[in-house]
Amino acid sequence: MLKLTERDTAMLDGAYGDGVALAMRIVTRTANVMSAAQLIDVSSAHIDGCLYHGPASLDFVERFVTSGTRVAVPTTLNVGSLDLIHPELFRGSDPLRRAAERLMQAHLELGCEASFTCAPYQLKHRPQAGEQIAWAESNAIVFANSVLGARTSRYGDFLDLAAAVTGRVPFAGLHVTANRAARIVIEAPDFAATDARDVWFAALGLLLGKEAGTAVAAITGLPADTSEDELKALGAAAASSGAVALFHAVGITPEARTLDAATQRMPPLRTLRVTMDDLAEVRRRLNHAQPGAELAAVSLGTPHFSVSEFERLAQLFAHYAGAPRCGFYVNTSRFILWQLEASGLAQQLAARGVQIVTDTCTYITPIIKETRGVVMTNSGKWAHYAPANIGVTVAYGSMHECVRSAFEGSVCFDE
Amino acid sequence: MNRPGSSSRTPRATREFAAHTLAAGSAGGAPLAVEPLSFWGGYDTERGLIVEPAHPQCGLSLAGKVMLMPRAKGSSSSSSVLAEAIRNGTGPAAIVLCEADLIVAIGVIVAQELYSVNVPLVTVDVDLFAALCAAGVPLYVDAPGDGAQATVRIDQAAQ
Repeated sequence: MLKLTERDTAMLDGAYGDGVALAMRIVTRTANVMSAAQLIDVSSAHIDGCLYHGPASLDFVERFVTSGTRVAVPTTLNVGSLDLIHPELFRGSDPLRRAAERLMQAHLELGCEASFTCAPYQLKHRPQAGEQIAWAESNAIVFANSVLGARTSRYGDFLDLAAAVTGRVPFAGLHVTANRAARIVIEAPDFAATDARDVWFAALGLLLGKEAGTAVAAITGLPADTSEDELKALGAAAASSGAVALFHAVGITPEARTLDAATQRMPPLRTLRVTMDDLAEVRRRLNHAQPGAELAAVSLGTPHFSVSEFERLAQLFAHYAGAPRCGFYVNTSRFILWQLEASGLAQQLAARGVQIVTDTCTYITPIIKETRGVVMTNSGKWAHYAPANIGVTVAYGSMHECVRSAFEGSVCFDE
Repeated sequence: MNRPGSSSRTPRATREFAAHTLAAGSAGGAPLAVEPLSFWGGYDTERGLIVEPAHPQCGLSLAGKVMLMPRAKGSSSSSSVLAEAIRNGTGPAAIVLCEADLIVAIGVIVAQELYSVNVPLVTVDVDLFAALCAAGVPLYVDAPGDGAQATVRIDQAAQ
């Protein structure tokens, strides 16, 4: 039975306005669905409601706007359907553009930050280990829990905004220490010294999602120098093929100094040894293009590219002259773009034919000019969702292979 | 908690079973058993059709049906897509799950709040779920209040 504080009850009863009461009804009703005994405070929220899914998306947020409601905690926004910095890139209808733009604007009127990124963990201020937060967007959730050690359940549309408006969430799921213990162990093969590490991390993530579902896994055997970008790729892929919201990388992530720490000393239900052959099989299945197939475009940056990923891209471009022989899109946040503009990297890449896309992502909205044909990516998440969303055929390879293929104008793999 | 056949004091033509309420409402319709579906990317709310190519029920409509789904899957954006389908009249009349699911629950709860359309959402145990899937006749879901006991009625008379 859910026990509310006096303040919770006052919010529910409308003492803080109609918008807060609506938000609190949603929080308490979902608390009952989760069988939570109480609500707790969160220190920040990340909202995935900016992506337009139809009139219901707008109806919901406008209820808060018209009642003059504001978010109660610092709140960042996930991607929208439009690139507000480069609006000319949108290739959808005008009514859709207007509704999508209004949805993004309405969230700003509630006091949310104009971050429009699926990688809020790449912003300057990010949650600390142990902090209770309410984050939506599957890859952001898994990164916050796993890599930052912050605590969030899998929030999604509507509940994320309700949590931001009330500052309260059900005390359940991954907010609770005991539920963060790894119950399965994944033994990764040693791919530290291989080329194309980005592909192996994503392939391992896709395999993890398929095997773990919603269970928390501890991964052993990852390279000692595993980077945040690599953990980002792994987590995003795992949250695409499964409902993974937390994994532990033993020796790497904050709650997994040792395997014992990751499992909270509970014997695992299952241990799975993964081989390089298993990962190669994941990679083969994800790729739907033959070597030599004509390439319509390359899309990188799902989740949003970091500064270090842009630096690596520029290094790869330095091996070639002129512009790629197909469209070349990289998704990132406006904050990363501004950093790249300050360092000159944005101008340098633009001059080489790279189209940087901000505020949105190429797999959820019509931006890529030519989708009849093959689009190549190194993102497990993009490869997983894009075929159904925007009707493309996916070639899947490392960043190195993507760049090489773009300059060849056709799909090529290094092996 | 739900023992099939445990409460058959109703007339012979109908059978009534206990279920657990996740979201209140009262509605009935033809049953449609579906494999786990992600509404986002899997359901076209304009046309009211399952569109995930690899889904066994691809091409079928949920509109007005009692949706029988063992569990949900996929993106948290599914809450929005379900709420939009309910708004648009292309969503299910009622939903019966085996495993409680937050994403589905939120879609239903928000549609109630915004449009006053009450799509009852209940969970039942695996045995009753199988019996409901096999019934092949209209089902009625009556869930009077959040968290309270609900009933699912199989209307044998319609057979």
